[in-house]
Amino acid sequence: MNDRILVGSRKGLFLFERRGAAWDLAHVAFLGDRVSAVCADARGEHLLAALDLGHFGAKLHRSGDGGRTWAELPAPKYPERPPGLHDIEPIRKQPTPWNTELAWVLEPGVAPGRLWCGTIPGGLFRSDDGGETWALVESLWDHPSRAKWFGGGYDWPGIHSICVDPGDDRRVLVGVSCGGVWLTEDEGATWTNVGEGLVADYMPPEQRGDLEIQDPHRVVACAAAPSHMWMQHHGGVFRSRDGGRRWQQLAVPPSSFGFAVAVHPRDPETAWFAPAHSDQVRVPVDGAVVVARTRDGGRSFTALREGLPQQHAYDLIYRHALAVAADGERLAMGSTSGSLWLSEDQGDRWRSLSTNLPPIACVRFA
Amino acid sequence: MPRVTFTPNLQRHVECPAQDVPGATVREVLERLFAEHPRARAYVLDDQGAVRKHVVIFVDGEQMSDRQTLTDAVASGSELYVMQALSGG
Repeated sequence: MNDRILVGSRKGLFLFERRGAAWDLAHVAFLGDRVSAVCADARGEHLLAALDLGHFGAKLHRSGDGGRTWAELPAPKYPERPPGLHDIEPIRKQPTPWNTELAWVLEPGVAPGRLWCGTIPGGLFRSDDGGETWALVESLWDHPSRAKWFGGGYDWPGIHSICVDPGDDRRVLVGVSCGGVWLTEDEGATWTNVGEGLVADYMPPEQRGDLEIQDPHRVVACAAAPSHMWMQHHGGVFRSRDGGRRWQQLAVPPSSFGFAVAVHPRDPETAWFAPAHSDQVRVPVDGAVVVARTRDGGRSFTALREGLPQQHAYDLIYRHALAVAADGERLAMGSTSGSLWLSEDQGDRWRSLSTNLPPIACVRFA
Repeated sequence: MPRVTFTPNLQRHVECPAQDVPGATVREVLERLFAEHPRARAYVLDDQGAVRKHVVIFVDGEQMSDRQTLTDAVASGSELYVMQALSGG
């Protein structure tokens, strides 16, 4: 789980593999096509890749040989939109499409064959057969609260974060932009909108505490202590110690704005962020790429710079483009400018694996 | 029998050779074609069965009008072209 990096980009899937001390670009798949999400299944037997073919829609592929060859599977598909249904996105007042506009995130469950897929326009899908068939989680899609969800960055709301409790497959937390944080403890039968303490400073004052319109850019949970969660929110950085119910805001140098977050798989006090200047100026602070790390639960952060470009750099790190390996030592980070960096010591030192990839959407060890 | 031709951009992803397919409407023609090439359906139609937002279908040189239910009539000698629109993508 530590020796291969999947890099999903605007123009293909790039597989980097460790050979001795070196990391090589071992294979390229889907060259020319946008790869929106990647994951390995729970047993590590298969890789899955979601594509966004633009004209031809969202597609899903699976590989059983480490990414060398791929076969198409049916992509998550929305059911027939009930005739006459009032389902309007509240900001632009447009009818929400019952169509997979983007497969934004793929996550394995614990049970063999269990997979989750978060999509734009806000539907969560589940598969129990390794991705061969998918069903919309109607309990969340039909929740009355969805009428308040709106797009953040995209025209429609979307699910980008899915945290499955490794010790209890029934507990799943999802992050929605912009629809807040949702928790199920019964395998998706019922959902609770959680997130006390989150603040939506992009809304009028009286709505800033509304949990149904929060914009969590990315939520991750510690594998060994899944009630410990970390969040990069549109309005800053937050952490939770109670499974996402309550959140505490933290200040991260050099900036609390960003998209990506990763948490150590065994140490819930250690997390990494990829700060950008601000909502208004989405580039690194002072042209220098840094990773901010805490090892004390957010009381202090260190801006890690060694091996990262420190001048004239305009790389932005998307929400799925900072990954930590299962060993908790290796980190990989990809940028919108096509740079890919690797650290093998928890971020102390970085090295460049490429500066010439297409814009990177997602990075994952597998 | 109507003849259906697909953009090479689509054939890069899924098998859908040009072929003669019976049918009196665009829907009938495509349904028969998708019965033979089931993977092609989700590339041309969205989850609701409408023509994808950035796909365009021409019937005898004219853009079809009913993109939701594909009821445009086709004649026995009609030429259908399934193309990608030069928008979006």
